[in-house]
Amino acid sequence: MGLIYALIASGLSLIFGLMEIVNFAHGEHLMLAMFTSFWLWALLGLDPIVSIPITILVLAFCGIITHYFLIRYILKAKMLVQICATFGLAIFIRSLAQYLWTPDFRNVSKPMLEGRIEIAGIFIGQPQFAAAIVCLFAFIGLYLFVTKTETGLALQATSQDRQAAEILGVPSNKMFALGWGLGLGCVAIAGSMMSSYFYIFPDVGINFSLFAFVAVALGGFGSILGCLYAGIIIGLVESLGGLLIDPSFKLLYVFAIYLLVVVFKPQGIFGRY
Amino acid sequence: MSDLKSAQAEPLFNSNKKMTYLVLGFFAFLILLPALGPTKFFLHLMIMIFMHAVISQSWNIIGGFSGQISLGHGAFFGIGAYATSFFYVEYGLTPWAGIVIGIIVCAIVAILIGIPMLRLSGHYFAIATLLVGISFQIIFQRWDFVGAASGLWVPLTSEDSLYAIQFHSSKVPYYYLFLIFFTIIFFITWVISRSKLGYRLRAVRDDAQAAQSLGIDVAKHKIIAFAISAMMMSPMGSLFAQYILIVDPDRMFNFEISIIALLITVLGGIGYVWGPLVGTLILIPLAEYARIFFGGTGGAVDLMVYGVVLMIICIFKPSGIISFLPNHILHREKMR
Amino acid sequence: MTILKVENLSKSFGGIHANQDISFEVQSGEILGVIGPNGAGKSTLFDLITGFTKPDKGSVIFEEKNIFGLRPDKISNLGVGRTFQKLKPFADQTLLENVMIGAFSKESNQKVARDKALEIIEFVQLLEKRHHYAKELSTGQRKRLELARALATDPKLLLMDEVTGGVDQKTIPGLVELVKKLRGRGVTVITIEHNINIIMDISDHVLALDQGKKIAFGIPKEIQNNQKVIDAYLGTIDAA
Repeated sequence: MGLIYALIASGLSLIFGLMEIVNFAHGEHLMLAMFTSFWLWALLGLDPIVSIPITILVLAFCGIITHYFLIRYILKAKMLVQICATFGLAIFIRSLAQYLWTPDFRNVSKPMLEGRIEIAGIFIGQPQFAAAIVCLFAFIGLYLFVTKTETGLALQATSQDRQAAEILGVPSNKMFALGWGLGLGCVAIAGSMMSSYFYIFPDVGINFSLFAFVAVALGGFGSILGCLYAGIIIGLVESLGGLLIDPSFKLLYVFAIYLLVVVFKPQGIFGRY
Repeated sequence: MSDLKSAQAEPLFNSNKKMTYLVLGFFAFLILLPALGPTKFFLHLMIMIFMHAVISQSWNIIGGFSGQISLGHGAFFGIGAYATSFFYVEYGLTPWAGIVIGIIVCAIVAILIGIPMLRLSGHYFAIATLLVGISFQIIFQRWDFVGAASGLWVPLTSEDSLYAIQFHSSKVPYYYLFLIFFTIIFFITWVISRSKLGYRLRAVRDDAQAAQSLGIDVAKHKIIAFAISAMMMSPMGSLFAQYILIVDPDRMFNFEISIIALLITVLGGIGYVWGPLVGTLILIPLAEYARIFFGGTGGAVDLMVYGVVLMIICIFKPSGIISFLPNHILHREKMR
Repeated sequence: MTILKVENLSKSFGGIHANQDISFEVQSGEILGVIGPNGAGKSTLFDLITGFTKPDKGSVIFEEKNIFGLRPDKISNLGVGRTFQKLKPFADQTLLENVMIGAFSKESNQKVARDKALEIIEFVQLLEKRHHYAKELSTGQRKRLELARALATDPKLLLMDEVTGGVDQKTIPGLVELVKKLRGRGVTVITIEHNINIIMDISDHVLALDQGKKIAFGIPKEIQNNQKVIDAYLGTIDAA
């Protein structure tokens, strides 16, 4: 699970680092991804794993629309306004989903990957395992992209100093759109993988949003590597906490970690802010 | 052009006779309203308006005056609700005392969580408050001491009772209760806005570093604002509990409360004394009527609308509807 | 009387030694100019003295009191005011409100604070603009706003960071006059300034920094002829 959080979180971190907007609607986009996978499965019989590319496209499309209608305007606004705006977006998407698809739980009943496999004496569900692997790869891919390719470096440049990057010929609007798209792409992959085994319902995004925020805060806003470590840590804490103490309080443990980190080391483990 | 002496001779505040009479007239009207024979629904509407106006004003203190975005304010509402109900159910203590207890508890909680959290910058703080809000709901859902998920069953009195703050024959007493609190809290807000505290809070909001260079203890002021805000929220929870007499975590620690407080204030005019009222007057009647017309699906639809409205306001008029008023009226009213 | 005594003040950020072993004294009622090329550590020095950054080592004694490591607001309340290089007005508030917030640091009564603010606004010659929002003011006016605001806290020592930076030529003499008049109000001034002519004109003493170290301290005439200072600036000093 930790790896999934990491992936989602890096999407968030990317967007923040780039545009200094915290996307409160991140989890909701995840939910959209999961629903997309679900409907593709329910209506077309496509297994979630197969439909990943389609999901990515769908989300990218949503992202573009969002950017065009909302994000563009709030880039220059005060932080308060940005928070409220993406928050509003989150609420809107969540309730729209609730309206269109009812609050019922759905799940994909016969995914391609089923059953458990055994690794080093621990039983892990196949879908979870696959999800973890895919997310890991996606993460590595993202990391390489951002640090090694030219576009990736351009992305980093824009996030560090927008004006300087522009002078050097990097178009910030495109970069923002790219960053946004990448961020959502991460979410799309994560969501698709999870729809193999997770329950799908409109409010599913909230928990993940929160975990993603915590992961980003832990790992540091703007640092992708940090997200990886943070995501894993959170995943561990969640599982261990659930195991050792009381499962229903899982969120609280994560919250406790958040508080501790944020109070004592505001930039997070690797962060820039 | 102007010289020092005449400038110093100017009155401290631009008080406008017209405005003062308008406000007084408004309150007089509110006091006399029940005598005009309104329907139960209308009374209910007014009560909801008062309540939401106060909730939003409470948010305004920390969000608008001090610039810290709290996304979990509903927690204080819930605490207030449980404070009155719990002590009444377990010990038979009059809810009046419960209200006071709720206020004190909220103040303490606000200070306790405020001390670590208010050191955080905007985004982190917002996320933290979100977590707090949800945490409270989770805690109360599992805490058997206060009835866990099924909540507290408040025994109904057979007749109207001032002691137990339960009125079954008519909504009018509730109306006046809420009106009183509404008046008090708005008055307090108005006073704060024009006071030294208000000035300093705005300084903290606008530029914390500059504020520090002027001798303002930023952390302390943020905590004060947070505590005041919490203390305003609490009585609303208490009164609401007395109004609907069903107290459970889903209703009282509902996330929607936090959202609405924020939405109304941003819609109406963040940082302005009358902003929350403007927002409430626009939103609540709409919400109540929507609930009638859309019936079952009303739940999701009104949230959708909230989300859209929030986004639209943020894009087009972030300072809220009230800023449509011409500047000289604004300046007077706001008296920043 | 020595109003400020700084000894061995040092601060490093990572590998960068922003300030290294800086020591100097400031006499009450004087104007001390601080010069140095960009990156010399001047603003960092201000941050260290006013508590916005905690020094690694050294001591800062203000009026016999040790203010090392204190919070900025505490230091301000003790009588040290400052303005910022990157202006920080309270943009959505009026000039009068801005200055009143400064006044509130010493006054509790609103009328008294307001009148005091007005008096200071008149001192900086912005009385007609007092109800204008800070964001409507020009750069030169904003500089005066910051000065007025800091003055309203009744500081005994005022640290001014780049008074004439970014201000057009014809406004500069006015600002310079203001700084000189501060002496008449009993305020000791330390000012960072890039414009060497101005520094030489108004300062009683000059502190020169380069790359985090103090390279010279003395009266303007000495500094002008100091070889190290000239080298640091690569000849941009005019003989007055």
